[in-house]
Amino acid sequence: MDRRILISRRRSGEIARRRLKILLTTDKTGVPPETLEMLKRDLCSVVSRYMDIEPSRIEICVRPVPHEPDDAAALPSLCTVIPIKGTIVKGTF
Amino acid sequence: MSEVIVVTSGKGGVGKTTTSANIGTGLAMLGKRTVMIDTDIGLRNLDVVMGLENRIVYNLVDVVEGNCRMKQALIRDKRYPNLYLLPSAQTRDKTSVNPGQMIKLIEELQNDFDYILLDCPAGIEQGFKNAVAGADRALVVTTPEVSAIRDADRIIGLLEQYDLSSLHLIVNRVRQDMVRRGDMMSVDDVMDILAAPLIGVIPDDEAIVISTNQGEPLAGTNTPSGQAYLDICRRLLGEDVPLSLPNVSYGLLSRLAGLLRRA
Repeated sequence: MDRRILISRRRSGEIARRRLKILLTTDKTGVPPETLEMLKRDLCSVVSRYMDIEPSRIEICVRPVPHEPDDAAALPSLCTVIPIKGTIVKGTF
Repeated sequence: MSEVIVVTSGKGGVGKTTTSANIGTGLAMLGKRTVMIDTDIGLRNLDVVMGLENRIVYNLVDVVEGNCRMKQALIRDKRYPNLYLLPSAQTRDKTSVNPGQMIKLIEELQNDFDYILLDCPAGIEQGFKNAVAGADRALVVTTPEVSAIRDADRIIGLLEQYDLSSLHLIVNRVRQDMVRRGDMMSVDDVMDILAAPLIGVIPDDEAIVISTNQGEPLAGTNTPSGQAYLDICRRLLGEDVPLSLPNVSYGLLSRLAGLLRRA
């Protein structure tokens, strides 16, 4: 049996909580998935001018990020993960 | 003057009708003159949960359209003489009634009852608008699931534009054993996400299924959910009832014990 399944099964309540927070922030900020898709395409083209990135693995979402240590004022923030294939900065080497 | 409470949720199947039936029954047990109105036109259900389906002659749409007087449409409960049901129409749809007509209908009942309980249909369309129009306060029913909580959040947002004096959450079908092992969101998680005050927690309880099968609401009976419903009714009346999360066991031993009890 896959260990990952066992681990994630044990914490499914926590997974639900995390998914909901992201979902509700997206619902409330009114950023539709299509807009995020468009943003993703634009980001991809800008970033790939400088770095060798993996376009299929880019993640982008709006979720609450606590900017204060006490977490009370978690602002909806744009979070992106852009995996880089190589660290070669084009045009400089 | 009566207090008008709407029971709503957004998502279907989270227990609005069961909650309405049991809170109505509980309030009547506590001596309050209560009327439950099934506002789910086209999908009538509250009568079945109450076990009153064979006594329907007229319905809500008949009253609104003037086919009968209010007194003719109200069904008196078989257990509590101070509990009444105004059933919904099965062969019509939500557009048969508008919010203005609902407000008028509620006004007509104001003098005869302490509590008017509105069982809201699922969704956020006409049926929801009809049910919420005349309400003073709202009870939002949800379960500890992603989809139900998302819809509850939407409903809470929509309710803000109505003139309600209060809004409370009921978290239904909680399994403390699953919460304990981390496989279900806790009541605290739900409250934290929805940022709304809580009025009660109903455990996931086999007794509910049995009670619905029989058409006998279980508020006030010696079951975990029966007590939880009665606690909610007491809180509605303004009593300070501490919140308890009953431990319902789902193991083999407790099921055997349940079987023996019934035998």
